[in-house]
Amino acid sequence: MPDLTANCAGIVSPNPFWLASAPPANSGDQVMRAFDCGWGGAVWKTLGTPIQNVSSRFGAVAYRGNPAIGFNNIELITDRPLDVNFREIAEVKKRYPKHAVVVSLMVESREEWKQIIARSIDAGADGIELNFGCPHGMCERGMGSAVGQEPDVNERITSWAKEFSTVPVLVKLTPNVGDILPHGLAAQRGGGDGVSLINTIKSLIGVDIDRMVPMPRVDGMSTNGGYCGAAVRPIALHMVAALARDERFNIPISGIGGVTDWRDTVEFLALGASNVQVCTEVMLRGYRIVEDMIDGLQEYMVDKGYNNLDQIVGAAIPAFSEWGNLDLNYETVAKIDAKSCIGCQACLVACHDGAHQCIHPDPAGGRVPVVDESECVGCNLCEIVCPVPDCISMVEVDNGYAAATWNQHVSDGAALRPKKGAH
Amino acid sequence: MARFPDERSEAAFSDFKDAYTPAQAVVEANRCLFCHDAPCIQVCPTSIDIPQFIRKIATGNLKSSARTIFESNILGTSCARVCPVEVLCVGDCVYNEMGIPPIQIGKLQRTATDKALEAGWQFFEAGADTGKSVGCIGGGPASLAAAHELRRRGHAVTIYERHDYLGGLNTDGVAPYKMRADDVAAEIDWVMAIGGIEVRHGAVLGDNLGFGEVEAAHDAVFLGVGLGPDKALGLPGEDLAGIDGAVDWIARMKTGTVDLSGVERAIVVGGGNTAIDAVRELIGLGVPEVTMVYRGNEENKSGYAHEWVAGKAEGARAAWHTQPVGVVGEAGRVTALRCVRTDDNKRNIAGSEHDLAADLVLVAIGQSKLGALFGSIDGIEVKWGQVVTDDDGATGRPGVYAGGDCRNGGKEVVNAAAEGKAAARAIHALLTGASAPADRPHPDHINHGPAHA
Repeated sequence: MPDLTANCAGIVSPNPFWLASAPPANSGDQVMRAFDCGWGGAVWKTLGTPIQNVSSRFGAVAYRGNPAIGFNNIELITDRPLDVNFREIAEVKKRYPKHAVVVSLMVESREEWKQIIARSIDAGADGIELNFGCPHGMCERGMGSAVGQEPDVNERITSWAKEFSTVPVLVKLTPNVGDILPHGLAAQRGGGDGVSLINTIKSLIGVDIDRMVPMPRVDGMSTNGGYCGAAVRPIALHMVAALARDERFNIPISGIGGVTDWRDTVEFLALGASNVQVCTEVMLRGYRIVEDMIDGLQEYMVDKGYNNLDQIVGAAIPAFSEWGNLDLNYETVAKIDAKSCIGCQACLVACHDGAHQCIHPDPAGGRVPVVDESECVGCNLCEIVCPVPDCISMVEVDNGYAAATWNQHVSDGAALRPKKGAH
Repeated sequence: MARFPDERSEAAFSDFKDAYTPAQAVVEANRCLFCHDAPCIQVCPTSIDIPQFIRKIATGNLKSSARTIFESNILGTSCARVCPVEVLCVGDCVYNEMGIPPIQIGKLQRTATDKALEAGWQFFEAGADTGKSVGCIGGGPASLAAAHELRRRGHAVTIYERHDYLGGLNTDGVAPYKMRADDVAAEIDWVMAIGGIEVRHGAVLGDNLGFGEVEAAHDAVFLGVGLGPDKALGLPGEDLAGIDGAVDWIARMKTGTVDLSGVERAIVVGGGNTAIDAVRELIGLGVPEVTMVYRGNEENKSGYAHEWVAGKAEGARAAWHTQPVGVVGEAGRVTALRCVRTDDNKRNIAGSEHDLAADLVLVAIGQSKLGALFGSIDGIEVKWGQVVTDDDGATGRPGVYAGGDCRNGGKEVVNAAAEGKAAARAIHALLTGASAPADRPHPDHINHGPAHA
C-alpha cells in the first residue's frame, strides 16, 4: 500500500488530512474523536484572548437542491478559557503522539505572541499557525486579515513568532488581497516554515428580504462574514498554485479551501500543497468523511502507481502557466453522441445564447442537435451544461498548424490558424 | 461446481429492478444524507456501513465502496439484489419521514458489488494456517459466509453439500427477476477465491453422511442445512400430475426447465413469499391466469406487501379466504382444486365448497424443518424443528454451531450471511482462545456524555 505519511514544513502526520482551525477543532473531545475516525492532524481553533460570539453565526448558499454549496461564518476565535484549551491540547498530544496538533494563534503585541507561543509549545504543539486571515470581526480589532493584508506587518509578526518558537511556524494567509504572491513572500521573508491558505473570503451571504436585514441575522443587524465551502475551491487552488509555481517562493504549503473528498485533495497536492485542511465538509457531514478520503487517496495512488505523497505534490505545476504560453493553434470541437443524447437541447441554448452559435437544431426535426464544426470554437460550454456524462466530448482537430503561442507569435511571428466564430 | 444449462426456464426473466448506470448511481448516491447512527445500518442484519459505502460511490471511490460492503457481508452481491430492502434499509431511510423517495440502497450496493465481481477485485486473504479445521454441513449462504470468515482466520474448511452446486436457496430458490442461478454461481466462485475451502458434493446428511463422521473429522462443526422439502396439503389426490411443491418446482425452473405447455390456469396455494414468487414466476413464464389461493386475506398474508403489489401489477389474481379441501383430476392429471371459504379466523365455512379449475397447482405452504436430523444428538436442542443456539450460533453441544434457515426457521439470505459470519467468529474464538479482530473500527464519533468543560 502507498505511504500516506505527510510532512508539511517538518510537521509530520500519518496522512495529509487535517482539521482546519475552525469549529470542528474547537476542543480536545472533538479532536480526539476526529483522530479516532482517521484524521491525521488538527489545527486547533484559534487561541487568543477569548471572545464573546453572536447568535446566529452561519449562513449558506443553496443552489439547485444543494443546501450548502458555499458557506459563510461570523464566528470569531476561541471563546473558551486558554487554560482549558492548553490542558486539552496537552491531553490530546499525550494520547495521540503520532498525530499532528498545530495550534492556531491570534494576538496583538510582541509580548502576547511570546507568551502564547511558549504556552502552546509547553502544551506539546507540533507546530503553530499564525492566523493572519479572518476577514470578519477580529480584523476590526487590528488582527486576522488586517495583518494578512499588510506584507510588512505579516513579515514582522512572523519573524517574532520564529524568534519565539522552537516548532515549525505556518503563516495562514488571507485571500482578501489582489495578488497572493507578495503575502506569501512576506511570510517567507519573516522566516515562516510554511504557509497555509486560503482563509475565508470576505462575504455577505444573503439578505432576508422580508425583514430587509442581511444574513446571518443578529437580531436586526448583520455584518460581513468569511466565505468557504466547495464554492471557494477554485480560488484556493489558484492561490496555492500561484505560490507554488513562483521560483522565489520556496516554503511548503498547507492547502485549505473547499476540500470535500479525496479527489479535491489530489488536486491541492498536485498544485503544490503538502497536505490539506478541512472544515466546511466536516461541519456539513461529520468526521466520518475521512474514511473515504483515506481509502480514495490510497486507491488513486495504487491506480496511478504513486508510492508516496511527494510524488504527487506539485505534479501539475509544470502545466500551469500564463495565457501567453498556451498554444493558440490547438483546436477542439464538440461532438455529440447521438446514442446517449436525451434531447434536452441545453447545449443548443447554451451555445446560441451564451457562446458562439454553432450548435443548431436537427434539420430533419429530431431532438439531437447538430454541431457546425466549422464554427465551433471548442469553448466547452455545451459539455458543461449537458446532463449526460460523456455525451458531449471535446475532440481534438488536426488543422495542420504547428503549435504557436501568443508570446511566440509576438516575438517570432509564428503563424496562427484562422479564427473561428469571429465574424 | 456444476454449471447450469443455458436453456433454463429462468432465462426468460430479466431484472425486475434495472442496474444503475454509473451516472444514475452518482446522482442517487449524492442524495444520501450520511445520517448518524443511520436507521438503514441498524436494520441491516449484517450492519453494513451503508452511508459510508454510498459516499464512496458519490466520490468515485467504487473499489473502497465495495470493500466496505464486503467487510460486513461477503454475500453483499446477492443481498444487493435479493434483500427485501423495502422492509429493511430502504424502508427505514429517513427520507420516508418527509415523503421523499428513499435512497435506493440495494441498487447502489449492486453498483459497487457488481463492479467488484466484474473487475475481479479481491479484498480478503486466507489467514495464516491455524492447523484447525471446521466442517460445514450444507452449502447455502450461511455456510458460505461462515466458511469465508473461517478462512480469513486461517482455519481449514470442508463444506458438505447434497447438490452438485452450492448456494442453497440463493441458487435454486431466489426469484429469477432478482437474481439468476448463473449470477449466484459467479458470486460463489468469487467468494471461494479466498482458497482452501474444500467441497464434498453429493453428501447427504443422514444418508451417506453421518453427523458423527463430520464431528470426528473436524475441530468444530457448523450446521447450515437449511430447510427440507415442501410441505404437502395432505389431501387425497395430491399425487396427481400437475401438483408440485413450489420450492421444488422453482428449483427445477431455475436450474433446468419446467414444462408449462397446455397450462392455461395455475393455482398457487399459500400466502407467503414463496407463494408470491411462484405466482409472479408463472406469470412471467406466460401462464395466462395465475391465482393465489390463501385462507387468510391480503392484509394478514405473510408475504411482503411490496411483492404482492408488484405481482398484482403483473396480473396476479387472488382467492382470499379460500382453503383447499380436495383435488379433482382426470386421466391422472389435476383439473381443479376443491376449496371452501374461510371466515376471518381462517376457519372453514360449512357448505361453501366450490371448485377452482387449474392445470397446475403449486403448493407453497412452507418447507419442512430439518431439526429432527439433530434431535437425537446429545446436547443439541431442537424446538419447533429449529436448532436452538445462543446469539453466536452455539448449540448446547461443544464445538457445534448452527446458522441460517435451520436455526431461524426460514429468513432471508442476509440473515443467513449474518448468522454464518457470527458463528464463524465464535468458532474462531473457541479454537484459538482469541476473539476475531473487528473488520474495521467504527469509532463512535459522537460524544454521548454531558457537554465538555
